[in-house]
Parts: sequence; C-alpha cells; structure tokens
Amino acid sequence: MNHNKELKVSAIKDGTVIDHIPSHYLFNVMTILGLDHTSHQVTFGFNLESKKLGTKAIIKVAGTFFKNEDINKIALVAPEAKLNIIRDYQVVEKRVVKVPDQIIGITKCMNPKCITNHEEMTTRFVVKKKKPVELKCLYCEKITDQDHLEFV
Amino acid sequence: MLMKNRSLVSINDYSRIEIQQILDLAEEFEKDPNQPLLRQYVIASLFFEPSTRTRLSFETAINRLGGRVVGFSESGSTSVSKGETLKDTILMVSNYSDLIVMRHPLEGSAQYASEVSSVPIVNAGDGAHQHPTQTLLDLYSIRKTQGKLEGLNICIVGDLKYGRTVHSLLIAMSHFKPVFHFIAPEELKIPKEYKIFLDQKGIEYHEHRELAPNIRNADIVYMTRVQRERFSDPLEYEKVKNVYILRNQMLENTKDNMRILHPLPRVNEIHQDVDSNPKAYYFTQALNGVYTRMAILVKILGIK
Ligand SMILES: [Zn+2]
Repeated sequence: MNHNKELKVSAIKDGTVIDHIPSHYLFNVMTILGLDHTSHQVTFGFNLESKKLGTKAIIKVAGTFFKNEDINKIALVAPEAKLNIIRDYQVVEKRVVKVPDQIIGITKCMNPKCITNHEEMTTRFVVKKKKPVELKCLYCEKITDQDHLEFV
Repeated sequence: MLMKNRSLVSINDYSRIEIQQILDLAEEFEKDPNQPLLRQYVIASLFFEPSTRTRLSFETAINRLGGRVVGFSESGSTSVSKGETLKDTILMVSNYSDLIVMRHPLEGSAQYASEVSSVPIVNAGDGAHQHPTQTLLDLYSIRKTQGKLEGLNICIVGDLKYGRTVHSLLIAMSHFKPVFHFIAPEELKIPKEYKIFLDQKGIEYHEHRELAPNIRNADIVYMTRVQRERFSDPLEYEKVKNVYILRNQMLENTKDNMRILHPLPRVNEIHQDVDSNPKAYYFTQALNGVYTRMAILVKILGIK
C-alpha cells in the first residue's frame, strides 16, 4: 500500500477524531453532527475491533472543532465516545461526551399519538435518566427509552 | 405567575392557591350564573374530535357570561389531518378570538397550540394526555359535597392505568393531603410513576382488588369505566368486567357524607339502581362543569 495514502486516511493535521462510536450508530452520529453536509474532509472506519464495544466506528473530521453543546448531542447514541482534538498532527485535548439535560430535535417521541409525530415541528425532551437514556416528551409527557430511540 | 393570559394545558399548570381561586369564583357563579362579564369577548371553540358533553358545557359557560362563540366541531373521530396543519388553524383562529378552547385527539397538541397561539389556550382534552377542566370540576364537586378539600378519604375505582381523569385528579388532590384507595383489576392498576409521585409527596395510599369492602370509609368514590379494549387478554376482561360495577346494595354501610362521582359518560360501571340514591352525585357533577369553566375563562381573561 502506498504509504502517503495510508497517512491521509489515518491522520489529520487539524481537526477532530471521534472514537468509540458503536458501529451501528455511525451514520446517526454523522447526521447529528451535520457531517453529511460538510465541505470538510471526513474519513471514517467502522466494524473496527473494540474491547469495550465489540465493534466500533471512528470518524475523523479535518478542519472542524465542535462546540460542547453540539458534541453532547451524540451522547444519546454514543455515550462512550471520546474526542481527540488535533492541531498540527498532535492530540492537544481529549474530551468525553455528556448526555445533556434537554434534547431538542434529534430524536422522535415513541408515542404514535403524540402531536410531534403529526406536525412539522421540533421535538423537545427532558432527560429523566442518562444511562440507559430515558427522555420525557415535553408535549405528550410520555417516556421514550434507549431501546426506542429513533432519529429525526 | 398570574393566571391571566396563561394557557391552561395541564392541571400541573395550577398551584394549590390557583385551584382554590378558581373554585371560589366558580362558587360565585353558581350563586349567580348570569353575569355578562364576557360581553366584549369572542371565544373560539375548536373541537377537532367530537365531545358533545364538554363542548356544550364550555359553550353554555361562555353564553352565560354573555360572550360569543365561533368555531367548529368535527364529526368524525379520525379527522386529524384535513390538509391544514394544527399550527395554521391556530394562527388563523388566534387572530379572530380572545381565547381558544381546544379539543384534539393527539397528545401534546394543547401544549403545541399554546406555543404558536397569540391568545391563551384552554385544553378541553388532548387525547389520552390531559383534560384539566374536568379535574377542576371534579375538585369543585368534591369541595362542594364535603365542605373542604383537606384530608379526605378518596376511593378511585376502575381503569387506573390509562384513565387520564384519574391521573389528573390524583395530582390535583395531592395538594390537599388525602388518603387514596385505588381499586382496580391487576391489569389496570395505578402506574408506578404515580406511586413514586405520591411517595415523594408523603401521601398515604392503598391498593385493592375488591370494590365493596373497600368503600366503607370513603368520603368520595370516584368511578371510571373499565374498557374492553384496554385488555391484552379478552379473557381477563371477561373475568373482571362485572367486579367493578357499583350497585345500590353496596352503599348500605358507607358514610353518610360519601358521594359518588364519575366523569361520564358511564356504560355499566354504576348500576342504574344507584341513580336515585342521594349519594349519587355524577349528574350534578356535570352541571358543576359549567360554573367551573366560567371561572376558568374569567380568570384567564383577567376579568376577575
Ligand atoms: Zn410525545
């Protein structure tokens, strides 16, 4: 394999590496962070071996640094995720994600009779429990749990 | 926060004091029901699903107060989407009226309407979620028949799992140190979240399966309907369907001040032979709804 090419996939000069994403949530994480619309270079790997998760996914985003409030949005699907902030090929900071107290947008209410599933509107939840996640809809007040998370 | 201009979406929106203020005003309206306080007002009555009972109660309340009503009542029960979004309907109607009374089959619709509307919303039932004016009229009926709200022994019978009136009643009464007796079949017993709520508030409650022996100390017996469609196993329903029927003979050893309430309509959970017993209060309870709703409208419009 061409050495240069391998370097291009595995290392970035400036940007963010998000590690320890459960493989099956990779694309949810991409969507939540808006990486499906970015013009920056994004590389990812999935079905990688992980002692903790079985298999994991990893995303590397060049030239992008996330705000905490944005990165915390992925906590619903990737609570174990770890971020490495890269500057000039060096890890300058490590961050973990925290489940926020409120979730706006991102996930659907699991109650089929909830107004949020019938109108063009933004869902809003208070986080009742962080692990496993339990969200209380601010409209119908029903609980959506981890097993029923469905993304907008 | 003032009640004025504030939507009434859920019974949780009102504090103990606000509940008492509504009931006090309702009492005034009962003494003198024709007070033209809403002469200058147009109230919208939007019934996205039919509920003749609730609609007539609200519209009577508005008319007694001299206000005018605009609005509609859908005839079908599944007419949720006729093209226009709820948001658009509410935006239009809030331009025409001073307050919107809304009944809608979807849960959380009242909260959403209150977010998009420029005038206050009164929730007249949003699916299985909330029906706060029913709760306030229940409290009015309890206070009127018992002379107080504090420290009462309240039996709630029937569908305690899905019954929204039950859950709201429980939350509203929890301001007044009651003792609850929950009488329900295994499949329809009170959900854990409400027991946690009562524990946190330090409110005493007991759970029972049998009806007759457990109403003897009751001040209030609140009956609700046990519906077949709530049971996952039809056999389970057949087993319990006749167990939760209140009959006149069961009332023999109950307290003199005891009164029977029911949100209506009933099916068969209160036998007709109870109707003529002076402890039967459910028809008067419905009439109390008019006074309570008059009070709610006047408070929210900030007239009194
Ligand atoms: Zn909901």
